[in-house]
Amino acid sequence: MARKKNIPSAPPTHFNTTARILHWLMAAMILAMIFVGLGMMTSLTWRPWLLDLHMPIGIAILLLVIIRFINRLSFSVPKMPASISNFQSTAAGTLHWLLYAMMLALPLTGWAQLSAGGFLVKLFPGINLPSILQQSPFLYALLHDAHRVMAWLLFLMVVGHLSAALLHAWAYRDGLFSSITWGKKMINRSEEHFKKSDSLRENCKK
Amino acid sequence: MKKTSLIAYLRTKRVLFIICGICLIASTLFFAFAWSAGLVGGRTTTQTFLKDTPSTFPAGYRRAHGKGICFDGTFRASGKGVPFSVARVFAQQKVPAVGRFSLGSPDPYAPDNSTRTVSMALMLTADDGEQWRMKLNNEPFFATRDAKGFLKQMDAYKPTPATGTPDPARVKAFLKEYPEAKKYVTWDAAAPWTRSFAGAQYNVINSFILIAENGKKQAIRWSMRPHASFTSWSVSQRKQASHDFLFEDLKKRLQKGPLYWDLVVTLAESGDPVNDPSQVWPESRREIVAGTLEVSHVFDQANGGCRDINFDPTRVPKGITLSDDPVLLARAGIYSHSHNSRVREIGYGKATDAVGKRQNDNRKNK
Repeated sequence: MARKKNIPSAPPTHFNTTARILHWLMAAMILAMIFVGLGMMTSLTWRPWLLDLHMPIGIAILLLVIIRFINRLSFSVPKMPASISNFQSTAAGTLHWLLYAMMLALPLTGWAQLSAGGFLVKLFPGINLPSILQQSPFLYALLHDAHRVMAWLLFLMVVGHLSAALLHAWAYRDGLFSSITWGKKMINRSEEHFKKSDSLRENCKK
Repeated sequence: MKKTSLIAYLRTKRVLFIICGICLIASTLFFAFAWSAGLVGGRTTTQTFLKDTPSTFPAGYRRAHGKGICFDGTFRASGKGVPFSVARVFAQQKVPAVGRFSLGSPDPYAPDNSTRTVSMALMLTADDGEQWRMKLNNEPFFATRDAKGFLKQMDAYKPTPATGTPDPARVKAFLKEYPEAKKYVTWDAAAPWTRSFAGAQYNVINSFILIAENGKKQAIRWSMRPHASFTSWSVSQRKQASHDFLFEDLKKRLQKGPLYWDLVVTLAESGDPVNDPSQVWPESRREIVAGTLEVSHVFDQANGGCRDINFDPTRVPKGITLSDDPVLLARAGIYSHSHNSRVREIGYGKATDAVGKRQNDNRKNK
């Protein structure tokens, strides 16, 4: 397949370096955290160790998502490829903002539920975060449930996000995926591209 | 023409292949998630330990040791623990303590003469904010070497519906798999039952590690050794005892004045079975009295206080860490599920007499 040269245009072709680093760093952290969380709730052996990981990583995610959010609002981002329908574009945009919301809400509900349950938020031995909520069975129960439900939802969203991203990277080849990587922006402008997307959509329907 | 159609054909295949690949990745992630959550694969998880909780279990009570009473008091460190651990509790003059005395039965309405097991749970909060949570039993050791053994013991000793007694074949099979449990069975058959919470010695059973200022590690176990003398009762005395005998006795004693327990730390030597709670350490091991707990008064658990505290013994302060004792590590998750379940019931208003709410239709309500 012939590779076309990247054609520079006004909006950036890639997310800025901060966004790309944060994206992949946090992707690894979030996926790890989901499994650390599941392990904590099931493992006969590893819970204390996993809990000691879960709390500092959770707080790190909270700090990173704030930086990421500011970065996202401060700099312009690549435009969606022209071949993407309005519906897809809106769906992707919504999913992205929901992902940000989850990244913020999960550490906060984690911190708050520990406070409401009377537990310490242990970052390192001897270093604890202050309590952000009064002790209360109702708040503990509510936040604990919210934390779990949101973690499951986040996992579904992450898998959805990953699948859609891979579809763009491998099937559509419309440069969407490479905008968050360091790879050359690859835009398939040939005629086949549209045929391919059509056949792809048909396959999806099947 | 033919060439173009072939390429087009292969391209359709390529997209199919890509979709299959993506589906494979997504389903691998889903499977990993489901396995980790204990939904598939059938591995023993900490949830398994609560699966036997009957559906009629009264809302808001602990899943184990349901009948109990809260206490508060003060821990006074002797300073003798300081060379072994940087934990503030070993140095601080007065550490506030909140805890709970409880009966070993899961039934929150159990009569006090129905079990030999009594427990003390305790949380010390030092002035640096660090918490030391612990759970101690009057049993001197755990029946089995690991947590799965506990489940198997429960299963093996479950009375069969036909006879009302445990199935001897299952008990035999269990003892074959966990021969160390015979020691527990022998002890259980012979050791006298305590007649008072005040005179019982409470043992941590699991092993922990103290960390000194220079980083030196010391494996330990500890006990709360009572100042009051141990009293027991004859079988006939016990059978005639009133329903809440032990709790009434505790209240009566505290009306006269506080009760005391020494925190006796036993130092392991190399080769001692640190990772096996079914094995006791030799009598000759060095002991230090790290401090004294004063229990000043008790109050009903329905009013809060100790009620919502998870006395998870793996939540230790800086200066103490966990050993590789598998029973200790398993407690973390099991206690957490028990705590989550009952705090949900209390938080969502489902609990009745567990929080002091009277409800007429509760047949067991006394």
